Amino acid sequence: MPRNGSFAILFNTLVVMFMLAPLVIVCLVAFTPENTLSLPGWNWSLRWFRKVFEHPDFVTSFINSLWLATVSASIAVGLAVPASLAITRGNFPGRQALEGLFLSPLVIPHLVLGVALLQMFARIGATGSFVWLSLAHVVVITPYAMRLLIAAMTGYDRSVEHAALSLGASRLTVFRRITLPMILPGVSGGWLLCFINSFDEVTMSIFITAPSTITLPVKMYMYATESIDPMMAAVSALVVGLTAATALLLDRIYGLDRVLVGQR
Amino acid sequence: MPFLELDALSKHYGPVKAVDDVSLSVEQGEFISLLGPSGCGKTTTLQMIAGFVDATAGRIRLQGRDITHAPANTRGLGIVFQSYALFPHMTVADNVAFGLEMQKVDRAERARRVEQALALVHLDAHAGRYPRELSGGQRQRVALARAIVIRPPLLLLDEPLSNLDAKLREAMQFELRTIQQQVGTTTIMVTHDQAEAFSVSDRVVVMQSGRITQIDTPYEVYEHPASEFISRFVGKTNLLPPATANGPQRHIRPEKLTLKPAGQGRSDATVVDRFFLGSQWLYHLESPLGPMVVVQVNDGSPAHAPGTVVALDWDDATLRTLPEGSR
Amino acid sequence: MSDTSTPRARSAVWLTLPSLLLFTVVLLTPLSLTLLLSFNEYDAARGATGGFTFSHYAAIVSDGYYLEIFLRTLRIGLITTFLCVLIGVPEAYILSRMAAPWRSVFLMIVLTPLLVSVVVRTFGWSMLLGIEGPVNMLFQALGIGKTRMLYTEGAVITALVHVMLPFMVIPVWTALQKLDPQVEQAALSFGASRLTAIVRVVLPQIMPGILSGGLIVFGLAASSFAIPGLLGGRRLKMVATTVYDQYLHELNWPMGAAIAVILLIANLIVMLTCHRVVERQYRRRLG
Ligand SMILES: Nc1ncnc2c1ncn2[C@@H]1O[C@H](COP(=O)(O)OP(=O)(O)OP(=O)(O)O)[C@@H](O)[C@H]1O
Ligand SMILES: [Mg+2]
Repeated sequence: MPRNGSFAILFNTLVVMFMLAPLVIVCLVAFTPENTLSLPGWNWSLRWFRKVFEHPDFVTSFINSLWLATVSASIAVGLAVPASLAITRGNFPGRQALEGLFLSPLVIPHLVLGVALLQMFARIGATGSFVWLSLAHVVVITPYAMRLLIAAMTGYDRSVEHAALSLGASRLTVFRRITLPMILPGVSGGWLLCFINSFDEVTMSIFITAPSTITLPVKMYMYATESIDPMMAAVSALVVGLTAATALLLDRIYGLDRVLVGQR
Repeated sequence: MPFLELDALSKHYGPVKAVDDVSLSVEQGEFISLLGPSGCGKTTTLQMIAGFVDATAGRIRLQGRDITHAPANTRGLGIVFQSYALFPHMTVADNVAFGLEMQKVDRAERARRVEQALALVHLDAHAGRYPRELSGGQRQRVALARAIVIRPPLLLLDEPLSNLDAKLREAMQFELRTIQQQVGTTTIMVTHDQAEAFSVSDRVVVMQSGRITQIDTPYEVYEHPASEFISRFVGKTNLLPPATANGPQRHIRPEKLTLKPAGQGRSDATVVDRFFLGSQWLYHLESPLGPMVVVQVNDGSPAHAPGTVVALDWDDATLRTLPEGSR
Repeated sequence: MSDTSTPRARSAVWLTLPSLLLFTVVLLTPLSLTLLLSFNEYDAARGATGGFTFSHYAAIVSDGYYLEIFLRTLRIGLITTFLCVLIGVPEAYILSRMAAPWRSVFLMIVLTPLLVSVVVRTFGWSMLLGIEGPVNMLFQALGIGKTRMLYTEGAVITALVHVMLPFMVIPVWTALQKLDPQVEQAALSFGASRLTAIVRVVLPQIMPGILSGGLIVFGLAASSFAIPGLLGGRRLKMVATTVYDQYLHELNWPMGAAIAVILLIANLIVMLTCHRVVERQYRRRLG
């Protein structure tokens, strides 16, 4: 194993500090007792957290976001499982084109999708509809689930399914008893990844949320452009905490490196 | 009516003819081995019989019924996969029980038969383990138990013993043979080990680049190979110059040659090297007839050292000529 | 030994129908509508009027206002990409040479911020770079003096580098994982200096990773919205924030649509190039 020199270690330390700095500062400032954005010093206070929970807009948007992320992650995985099955198992013309279509939201700027949906929703009267908002989220998060599921489904020996078939199992039984348990880490990992991405989505949502369906990141964006007080830091700290918890869960279920770095 | 009949069966992958015009009749209770070098289409043939690969052309009939395009899960065959294909999320016992469960065998009967099958492959002590906790050979035996426990009319084995040590392998060959004789299961086994094919099968089917090149009893395949390729594939052989100017190539197996003191045989030869094989000695010799390989029983007398000049002798009855035009 | 020719495998196409329906309704339809909208005539009093015109595209390429925004976006995207290469490539290399537990710990520290909302991270930077923020305190201590950093290109680029760095590290890291460490050792054993070994042996092999990482970073940076929105303010507009203004403040939807279409097409070109680069490399490795 080659060793890193002292310059390399210094470089790494600086990069790590750079990556953590904005997250650390929001978590610290969240505990300030002051009225301005400042570091808490020796006096730590929970007043801004209390303020967040008393702020009806933040609470509503947080609940909206939780709901939206849960619903759209579930729909996305529900669609991605059969679609990935067809793409990895099937043999029909246009398979690659379909895969390209389903992964395309990864290369379409969310802003463009946002304005496109804004226009369409206005035309069909879907503005402010939670259902349409969820469907829009499903489209942008489905690729994350698909990538994980396709990897999970191509990552094991197909003859296992053949073995079950040869023992007399029906297609459905094979899926339920053999395929599903084997891709389960991919399914649950995909769900969590979808959840996080839906929960974080801001650029598209800004265009297609109405006051009744506003999500937390959109609310935060709006709030940050209008006023600056430590309540924003408190909300941010809560988001960081929630994300960290989900990341830990994701690590347990699927391996964070596999999710972030991709399949090897 | 043959039990299983392959009729001009072919499988093409684009330009690749993985299996090409294969015809074969298997009788009830027969033990057949598919023998051939890697990539010759053995697995593909087996997978077409099992129903996992769709034949490009030809028919498959099982007990007179055309099953060429029948779904795999209605064929009721027992299969041991080359890659074992154990269910990774089930214990050994659950793996073996799966087929019985699909047949709706009741719980008590299931447990009894699973235990029996595991005992047969010497794995009764490992019933509660998961496949990843087993060695390669143990996994292979689980796969075998899983296939035989459903008492299939036809057992398809894809190199079922390739990962076992010599002793266990011999024991399993014996078990396979016993099961097959007791239950009367018709068995088709893929192997590229000629010794294994010879020791357990009634007939050997030799395949070469997707085609069948010989179907015969093990003895006939060894003694009367249809081509030089088969002759070399199923054992060592020595080519002798033709007896007459335009006569056929003759060959002789190394154990049919005897070594005598120099000058007392048909041709003198010099020992180049010798290898100790336990029950036998293997000699590489240089002779006017060309390089020769000779196998002699280790009868306890000292072996000939390299450089020694000896004489080669043989009985003309053991000489073989290969069929015209074969290669 | 995959079963790819049974009729069953062909009928699997039905399993994609629900997704296909959704993607048609919620992705293809709105994008087509936007494309159509970008050719609509616009009238300040009546909004989009339905007539057909190229005038919005013509305005974008002739009007200095839009040109400046596109150029600024291009510049910010390029600088961000350059900085990400400059920081991300050595970082990935250093990470790949770390010992076992530290390697994954630091890799996760560098990559997990990816999962935290962009709004949170941008807000963090607005505090760090604020006039009373820690960076300014550091500057004062060093005798540089207070500097106004918010609402400058510098602030936007800093936050962009922070958000995009993982996208640079991931492909380079992946390329490094595939590298045989003995090749570098072999180069060293021939007497090459450490730097020569890196430049002549390691760098060429991870070049596709750097290229595809760079293209992804550029594509994402050039279409970023939240960061310039929060750190650039009203004055420092980028393409995405301009589209937002056209739609929600100016209410000139056709113009917004035209800019969005250009952004989309540029992005697709960049991303598909990236795909090509990776694929070509893949095929060469195999062939
Ligand atoms: N799905 C496939 N697509 C294309 N070619 C294939 C496919 N499956 C098998 N082949 C080709 O068909 C030929 C026969 O393969 P098969 O697996 O039947 O060989 P085998 O005799 O079982 O070899 P081994 O002893 O190595 O297991 C090989 O040349 C192989 O490359
Ligand atoms: Mg095989």
